[in-house]
Amino acid sequence: MRTSNEAQSRAASAKDPPLLSVRNLSTEFELRRWVFGRAGLVRAVDGVSFELRRGEAVAVVGESGCGKSSLAKTILGLYRPASGEVVFEGKNVASFGRREMRWYRAQVGYVQQDPYGALPPFMTVRRILEEPLIVNRAGNKRERERRIHEVLEEVRLTPVADILPKFPHMLSGGQQQRVVIARAMILRPKLLVADEPVSMLDASVRVQILELMRGLQQAHRLGLVYITHDLSSVRHFCERIFVMYAGKLIEKAKVDELIDGPLHPYTRALLAAIPDPDPANASILKPVPPGEPPSLLAPPPACRFHPRCPEFMKDLCDVKAPADFAPEPDHSVLCWLYDEGLRRAP
Amino acid sequence: MTAGTLLTVDNLRLHFGTTKGTVRAVDGVSFAMARSEALVVLGESGSGKSSLARALLRLLPRNVKAYSGKIALDGVDTMKMDDERFRREVRWVKISLVPQAAMNALNPVIRVGDQVVEPLLVRRAAEREAAWQRAREMLQRLGLPADFLRRYPFELSGGMRQRAALAMALITRPELVVLDEPTSALDVLTQANIMNVLKQIRRESTTTFILITHDVATSSELADRVGVMYAGQIVELADAARFFREPLHPYSQKLMASVPRLRARQKLEFIRGEPPSLIDPAPGCRFAPRCPLRFERCDEDPPLFEHGGRHVRCWLYEKER
Repeated sequence: MRTSNEAQSRAASAKDPPLLSVRNLSTEFELRRWVFGRAGLVRAVDGVSFELRRGEAVAVVGESGCGKSSLAKTILGLYRPASGEVVFEGKNVASFGRREMRWYRAQVGYVQQDPYGALPPFMTVRRILEEPLIVNRAGNKRERERRIHEVLEEVRLTPVADILPKFPHMLSGGQQQRVVIARAMILRPKLLVADEPVSMLDASVRVQILELMRGLQQAHRLGLVYITHDLSSVRHFCERIFVMYAGKLIEKAKVDELIDGPLHPYTRALLAAIPDPDPANASILKPVPPGEPPSLLAPPPACRFHPRCPEFMKDLCDVKAPADFAPEPDHSVLCWLYDEGLRRAP
Repeated sequence: MTAGTLLTVDNLRLHFGTTKGTVRAVDGVSFAMARSEALVVLGESGSGKSSLARALLRLLPRNVKAYSGKIALDGVDTMKMDDERFRREVRWVKISLVPQAAMNALNPVIRVGDQVVEPLLVRRAAEREAAWQRAREMLQRLGLPADFLRRYPFELSGGMRQRAALAMALITRPELVVLDEPTSALDVLTQANIMNVLKQIRRESTTTFILITHDVATSSELADRVGVMYAGQIVELADAARFFREPLHPYSQKLMASVPRLRARQKLEFIRGEPPSLIDPAPGCRFAPRCPLRFERCDEDPPLFEHGGRHVRCWLYEKER
């Protein structure tokens, strides 16, 4: 196995064409009344754009209801985009027919949040891992068996022979999540989409699972989209962070830049609210922006954060949606504070 | 009983009978708390921390196999009371509980206000009008508009419902409030908000808090003292300032090292092996199978040793060493 340094030097070189391009992507859901009529339109993902290269891990961080899982599922092809496109290796996913979709599903591994819910309870681990190989007609019985062994060793579920005949309920939460990861890896994908992969696990197991995923991602030069609400775990496992608020990616930057120098007022508030274990926390009240994250059914006009924002500028933030400004290279932010023209004005 | 002691728990046990054996969820827990103190009970899932909350409030399921020990509140042993007296004099009068996922524990078809005043009305502790007045004041203190009392739970966000559940627990002005994972299902900002509210209440009153959580970082927001639970036992009990700087028990040390920090780049560790089973645990230290510092002595059950004012259930801190 390659060491992480070698893997990193091979990772994400700018010359590579992007593995995944998400272009101005929006995903909508129609809320229906009982029989007839529409109750409204929920725009869960709203004009999201980013590129991901092979060997690169990005985290999409946001609070519940911000649309991060909808973004993951749209990338996976489970939801149809309302507009915009998901482009994988230069091909638009929306244009895929049945066969291409099967190919795409083999290229993209999905690690779900709740491992117990994601594993069929009546199948053994062997059967769970063999299924994708059969569906994709990958090899004969012997080759399939060899691949299953290989993958289980990679996710460190050993001795393999003991694990194979087990049903999901016979495994611990951490082991179940390893099976989910093994299933995501079994067809040798190029991209992993992990939606809150450790939020159901205990603290002492979380790090193990995150390190395992990071190891696999680097060893196989995978692209990784890591969806999470837990910013403190991100620094160790990703290159870039995208902060999502009310369907939009409001800030995109390299991990250290974002954590050490957040630009968007929402990102700043979020970072300030996250505690590190420190007894000094008990004696201070934290500044928290007022209000709640907006409903995606009727989000505030223009900047979605303006009703809660401490930097709110009247007749601008509530009238005109901010553009994507890039005050530093590779650091973009959806906020009028970073409009050069505006700052030069008196 | 020393002056200012509110609660003394001594050798508390709560075992459940299952088809697979006896689950020793709380297995000999002892601690004492001073009035207006905040104790954090820190433990991973299956450590018995929620069962400890149930044991303190005597909210027991049907399959209880053993329930013993001493819970002295203001010097009165509540374990000696019959259920009726406990209900009338202790539960929700002296001790109340904010249950786990409290925001989903509200009755969906009853207005928030009727649920908040219920503890007062059931015990005839206040007239209807006075109870509603107190509910309005309580909501205000928790930073919710008073007209929320007329709403139904589904009209409120998770954080607002959590605060309503907190109002339900506080309205009888109990001396001790047990919070079981009060923020675990909430978003970061809402979580910070609830913690602010709790800190504010602590500044303004003498209410004593037991906060049960698996979240090390959040626990530091409220703790005067920390008790670490592992496999039904308290393995370390120390004041917060020293605990967070220098945990003593090998389990506490490993747990702290596994917590990712936002503002530091440390090497993260994890704990090898599987979490322990509470069913008929093997004799000896319960952490021994996963402990990097295990030695011969660990085959025996360690008592809680005192070490510079802290308590540790680990043979490394035996006096002779």
